[in-house]
Amino acid sequence: MRATVHVYLKPGVLDVQGKAVEQALHGLGWGGVSGVRVGRTIEFDLAATDATAAQAEVQAMCDKLLANTVIESYRVEVA
Amino acid sequence: MKAAVIVFPGSNCDRDCKVAIERSTGAHVDMVWHGDTALPEGVDLIVLPGGFSYGDYLRCGAMAALSPIMTEVKAAAERGVATVGICNGFQVLCEARMLPGALLRNERLKYVCKAVDLDVVNAQTRFTAGYAGRRQVAMTVGNGEGNFFADAETLDRLEGEGQVVFRYLDNPNGSARGIAGIVNAKGNVLGLMPHPDRAFEADLGSADGAVLFQSALASA
Repeated sequence: MRATVHVYLKPGVLDVQGKAVEQALHGLGWGGVSGVRVGRTIEFDLAATDATAAQAEVQAMCDKLLANTVIESYRVEVA
Repeated sequence: MKAAVIVFPGSNCDRDCKVAIERSTGAHVDMVWHGDTALPEGVDLIVLPGGFSYGDYLRCGAMAALSPIMTEVKAAAERGVATVGICNGFQVLCEARMLPGALLRNERLKYVCKAVDLDVVNAQTRFTAGYAGRRQVAMTVGNGEGNFFADAETLDRLEGEGQVVFRYLDNPNGSARGIAGIVNAKGNVLGLMPHPDRAFEADLGSADGAVLFQSALASA
């Protein structure tokens, strides 16, 4: 199975990178852009064959290493 | 007196810390590799140095926080051993959940390298007792992700419980409430972004960092 993890700063945490990107887009003429958030995507293969078990496994990986839940939230996709 | 400096792959202030502790306290300093599973017997002070452990990959300090030696560092801290994380070491302590909060990218996305004046908010800790009531000390910072963050409730608790130890007089990186250094609830684990290891004798511009190491060992 292939796992995809999306990690973003939580809504209340100032994303300075997102803000800089937003300003750059405004500078290029895309004035309608707002709420830019920059995150990271982590993809990997999993030996597991059961989607529910895989989901739980990846969630444990997120809590332990892939995300810092003090500042980040994550979304897991397993397919 | 005995101190241990933890060396992670990518640490670059480990030798600075060793020299700073030796010259300011005369203590014996052991360098301990991150892959080790034991600390030297009878260690009085553990220092997690600055640098770019594991290349700052994923998040600063994230991988270092899971190093084998960190199990021992946590156990020693729970026994009450004085533990200091400087710069990347502070990030490691937060990632290891030994201190609350996290260090974010600096507000202006710039690496900040400069001398800073600090308000000694709590001079009653075992790390600051030697300042003897002095309210202002000088050190330097060098960080790209030194912007301390915690939720409002945690910040209130840190302030209310005297866990905010140092505050920037002129906030260089956007840190919440100008916080430069905090201690845990028990008072034996200190994390700070400024470098006492770069301010241990007058020739370096300030000797105020020496007092921090002296206090930490005097309290052991």
